[in-house]
Amino acid sequence: MASASFQGTKINPTRLHRSQLPFFMFLIPFATLMILPILFIFNHAFKPRSELFAYPPRFFVRNPTFDNFNELSRLVSASGVPFSRYLVNSLLVTIIGVTLAIFITAFSAYALSKLKFRGKKLLFEINTLALMFVPIAVQIPRYLIIARSGLIDTYAAHILPMIVMPVAMFLIKQFIDQTPNEIIESAKIDGASEMQIFFKIVLPVIAPAIATVGILAFQIIWNDVSTSVLYINDESKRTLAFYMQSLTSIQGNNVAGQGMAAAASLIMFVPNLVLFVFLQGKVMNTMAHSGIK
Amino acid sequence: MTKRMNHPAWFLLPYWTLFFVFIIVPVIAAIFLSFTYFNAIQAPTFIGITNYIELITMDTVFMQYVLSNTLKFALIVGPVGYLLSFILAWVLAQIPQKYRTVFAIILYSPSLTMGVAMASMWRIIFSGDSQGYLNSLLLNWGVILEPIQFLQSPDYLMTIMIVVSLWSSMGVGFLAMLAGVLNIDQTLYEAAYVDGIRNRAQEIFYITIPSMKPQMLFGAVMAVVTTFQAGGIGVQLSGSNPTPQYAGQLIVNHIEDFGFIRYMMGYAATVSVVLLLIVYFISKITFRILGEKE
Repeated sequence: MASASFQGTKINPTRLHRSQLPFFMFLIPFATLMILPILFIFNHAFKPRSELFAYPPRFFVRNPTFDNFNELSRLVSASGVPFSRYLVNSLLVTIIGVTLAIFITAFSAYALSKLKFRGKKLLFEINTLALMFVPIAVQIPRYLIIARSGLIDTYAAHILPMIVMPVAMFLIKQFIDQTPNEIIESAKIDGASEMQIFFKIVLPVIAPAIATVGILAFQIIWNDVSTSVLYINDESKRTLAFYMQSLTSIQGNNVAGQGMAAAASLIMFVPNLVLFVFLQGKVMNTMAHSGIK
Repeated sequence: MTKRMNHPAWFLLPYWTLFFVFIIVPVIAAIFLSFTYFNAIQAPTFIGITNYIELITMDTVFMQYVLSNTLKFALIVGPVGYLLSFILAWVLAQIPQKYRTVFAIILYSPSLTMGVAMASMWRIIFSGDSQGYLNSLLLNWGVILEPIQFLQSPDYLMTIMIVVSLWSSMGVGFLAMLAGVLNIDQTLYEAAYVDGIRNRAQEIFYITIPSMKPQMLFGAVMAVVTTFQAGGIGVQLSGSNPTPQYAGQLIVNHIEDFGFIRYMMGYAATVSVVLLLIVYFISKITFRILGEKE
């Protein structure tokens, strides 16, 4: 145990102490700076016309209203495709996408970590290489593949290209590496198949890694605009992110559209934030196991 | 059913089929297309290394603006964002958990505002008339007399892109480093103090960084990849591709410009291959510097 004079290890302290003051003096201004634009969006979204136009502009909202949200929904319903349609598309694509992403990456990670077969080292190397992969660089061939395979204007075009996540594979594999082999061996002796071991033993143990991948995948798929732009021509199959972007890029330039743009931004941002706040404890737990080792 | 699914193929096929279709084949196809003339309507015609020669000798926009912009952007945002992630992760580890959670959520939340949310809010803040928040502040303080066209002016666009990118750079790399710092064996520090380490600076260089090398490497690779992928930002802020006078044009925008606006897909593929090579090369250097020796 540390003696009373031992001042060095203040990592992960259990309670507040005067010596932590400098850290707070650094963190508080910095965090304030980081959160200002987000506070701004929250305030802006609820500002009535008069405050949006106010000069000099005010940061905080004084008389919050839902006008911007109402106007947004009015504009949406005038466009022919109902708002709910975009929302359902987005939810459908995101939920299916995140679920599939989690399962296919965890499956592969389990095989690369615990199963015996030839070439698994090579596969992992290729995956690590693909970490550096820049999607935009191969957008053209990807587009051609999707066009040739007849996936244009299907939900699969939203989902399939998005769920190959080398980073996720990497994180989960590192995590499964740390599951003790003894449990797996003893389950095998009891006659369990690999698939049963995966679902009954490994999956519960790697829950934190799953949470991380869930957040990452959600963030990527929910916010993605590119699949709607590139692979979808049918307006009614596009996603909320696409609609919000086209709306804000038309309306966002003038002051009148600002409140609406802020409302749209808020609608897109809040689900990410809520999910992260709920799962962050688990995520930080995961990351400790995730390094490139 | 699950009883008989014992073969590795059950686990491998879903991920690797998609990996093959959406990553490996496109990379190979991009390399092939980069040697062709292809306008997306007629079949590609093979033209050898003409595209590469053109890129180096004739594409003045690429050489004058795009390449230097990308390198400038990446060399500032990458390392600074990386250092910032480490410093913040380390500082967060020095305070109790309750407070840490709150700060971690605040610091991570900007990277949750990808795409739509980000663009519209920054456009309002940097709006070019006196209604813009920054302009109004500066006018108020008497720093400027006329509102500045921040997002349309080549003098400011790049700086704003860098600021916004740094603001949202506390992503996965930051979380990994935070967990890395927290996960270091406490007894290492005590042993180090017995061995004569005296202050926190020494603590960081002799214990903290070496003990979290894997997370540092992961964070670095993520920093490299995300900064080179960050192409949307200049176009989203200024509202046009190409960005005003190419001030914020990055390689990614150049690819979009040629591939999806001018339909010169062979040429765009050439630029893509060059981008892949740059990212691969820089990641290799990162591995060399931070990676463990094999």
